[in-house]
Amino acid sequence: MTTATRPSRRRRGGTSEAGNTASPIRTRALTKHYGARIAVDALDLEVRRGEIFGLLGQNGAGKTTTILMLLGLTEPSGGSSRVVGLDPARHPLEVKRKVGYLPDAVGFYGNMTGRENLRYTARLNGLGGADAEAHIDAVLAQVGLTDRADGRTDTYSRGMIQRLGIADALIKDPDVLILDEPTASIDPIGVIEILELLRRLVRERGMTVLLSSHLLDQVQTVCDRVGIFAHGRLIGVGTVAELAATFGDGAAHLEATFQPDAPDPGPALRAIDGITDAALDAGTGTWRIAVRPSGGSAAAREAIVETAARHGLRLTGLHELEPSLEDIYRAAVAGMSRGFAVDETIDERADEHADEHADEGADDRIDESVDARSEETSA
Amino acid sequence: MTAEAAAEVQHPRRVEPRRRAGWIIVARKELADHLVSARFVILLLVLGAATIVPIYLATDAIRDVANRLTDTRGAFLLLFLLTQSDSPVPNVLTFVAIVAPLLGVAFAFDAINSERADGTLPRLLSQPIYRDDVINGKFAAGLAVIALVMFSVFAIISGFGMFRLGIVPSGDDIIRLVAWYAITVVWVGLWLALGLVLSVAMRRAANAALAGFGIWIAIAIFGSLVVGAIAGVLAPVASAGSLEEFLGLTGLSETIQRLLPLTLYQEASAVLLRPDVTTVTTPATIDQYEQLGQQIQGQYLAFDQSVLLIWPHVVALVAMTALCFAAAYVWFMRQEVRA
Repeated sequence: MTTATRPSRRRRGGTSEAGNTASPIRTRALTKHYGARIAVDALDLEVRRGEIFGLLGQNGAGKTTTILMLLGLTEPSGGSSRVVGLDPARHPLEVKRKVGYLPDAVGFYGNMTGRENLRYTARLNGLGGADAEAHIDAVLAQVGLTDRADGRTDTYSRGMIQRLGIADALIKDPDVLILDEPTASIDPIGVIEILELLRRLVRERGMTVLLSSHLLDQVQTVCDRVGIFAHGRLIGVGTVAELAATFGDGAAHLEATFQPDAPDPGPALRAIDGITDAALDAGTGTWRIAVRPSGGSAAAREAIVETAARHGLRLTGLHELEPSLEDIYRAAVAGMSRGFAVDETIDERADEHADEHADEGADDRIDESVDARSEETSA
Repeated sequence: MTAEAAAEVQHPRRVEPRRRAGWIIVARKELADHLVSARFVILLLVLGAATIVPIYLATDAIRDVANRLTDTRGAFLLLFLLTQSDSPVPNVLTFVAIVAPLLGVAFAFDAINSERADGTLPRLLSQPIYRDDVINGKFAAGLAVIALVMFSVFAIISGFGMFRLGIVPSGDDIIRLVAWYAITVVWVGLWLALGLVLSVAMRRAANAALAGFGIWIAIAIFGSLVVGAIAGVLAPVASAGSLEEFLGLTGLSETIQRLLPLTLYQEASAVLLRPDVTTVTTPATIDQYEQLGQQIQGQYLAFDQSVLLIWPHVVALVAMTALCFAAAYVWFMRQEVRA
């Protein structure tokens, strides 16, 4: 592998001793008003070197506005920010020299080829000549567009445009990559490709990545840490597991499958210490088991295997369910809208099952819409 | 997307000092776009072909006149001014004054809003250039294209004229022609700046084009009618009781008509192209009127005297163009990146 011999400019681990003081992106009470409307409300955000940070929130939560302020493309109404050690409101050019940006719904000049578009970006970054051409070839290869590089971009698919957008952001060889909705309007396989590409960039080039998305489950797999953004405020930051601990219902969830002809395992499961609930999902034939507190899930798994053996239940599968960012997000937003402070502990909330109600509500609505549609088609 | 490909990435050395101004890079790209665009080819063909017809008529007219001319000074410039008296085809000057603005609007109406619609504007602005580099570069590229097209048209006319008439332009003719060329570029530049304003103001390129052509029709066709009517009300020349009053009202009427940039351009052009035109304003007093009457026919102005005569026109046209561009500039700088 040539990877090992290639001199790396920055290694992910190499700068960790610099610690948080060298965070490439940091904001303090960053605020943006549009007239009376508050788009971003006193945002404190920190993205550490070499991590992929996911900014999650619904459309209109203030993600794009935040990103534009970080790039110096919009003047903040208040607060301050530091990007690669500089204030983007005062030194936008220096910041933009070091930060690659993939805008939401990125576009290219349709009458030019992919390569020509990248060449234009290279020139705007002060790159030219043979060096730039080699660099363009390299980033095109990196995003897998070498074959189509000399086709006009108006013949590209949306996924190809998105990948060309990433190549475009990489042209300036940035320290920080900011991606606004990189996976929106792309097919599932394209999404996987893009997320893999991001992982590789962080691993191989030691880049710091900030990405925003409203598609929570896609981002879950790729982000080291996520920040949950709602109504211009950051209501939770951490790894998915940390957020699950903060905003979840305090239980770990297991999924178990038994041979269909086995007797009902329900009573035996519920008798196990630490298991608070066990219910059969009729659709999939799996049992969903809640373990409380969540720390006892390993012990509970052992106990389930043991119990199954003792009762002659043929256990065919048992695994722990990753906490879904979707659930966390819903719980966090629901919590905020009911006026809970962010750092309040969840114990007070655990018994309210607010998120479960929210789940049901959402499901009902989907069912209704499906019903309505089926009625339309039958009528 | 292979790991090998990623590994081959060679980072170019950052050479900091060798950095071209952003607007030049933008202008170069825009200029290249314009020159291969269909609209450039179409406009060049239309303008080029359409000037041939009045030129053809003009050469015939000049042949008739030339026999009676005692002084051939400015004869070459008659190419741009004459047409056959019974022909509905306007002379070249009228033609350029009316049609060339289209050129300005056509190269600017989609400058900013198409970048916005295509999603290229945020990408462009996130590069290390100043925001005004974008609009400055686009204006510069537009001016360059206009200069190029007008130069081609003028060259075609001159070449054709020399071929048909056998008159070679004198040094004075050439200087006057270059001056007229310069003021024509400013005149079209005014429309370019107007197109730029529309492209900033209107989110849809089609709307901006419609608005631009609407304004063009309003000024080129109805403008003189409307301004003439206003002048007629404010300065009723026909009702003048004495010569004194008549001259005053005529002066006022002329001033009102000059509010229209088209009038400014046409007057300036006429003076530049005709060395025998010694005044652009009706004399204000009876004394001046009598003086004018005593002037010897066939008197010619030197080039610098002609320029002196229309200097206010030139300043006004340049100022209008600058103002229009400033409006587009300020508006663009204050606009949010996101629509």
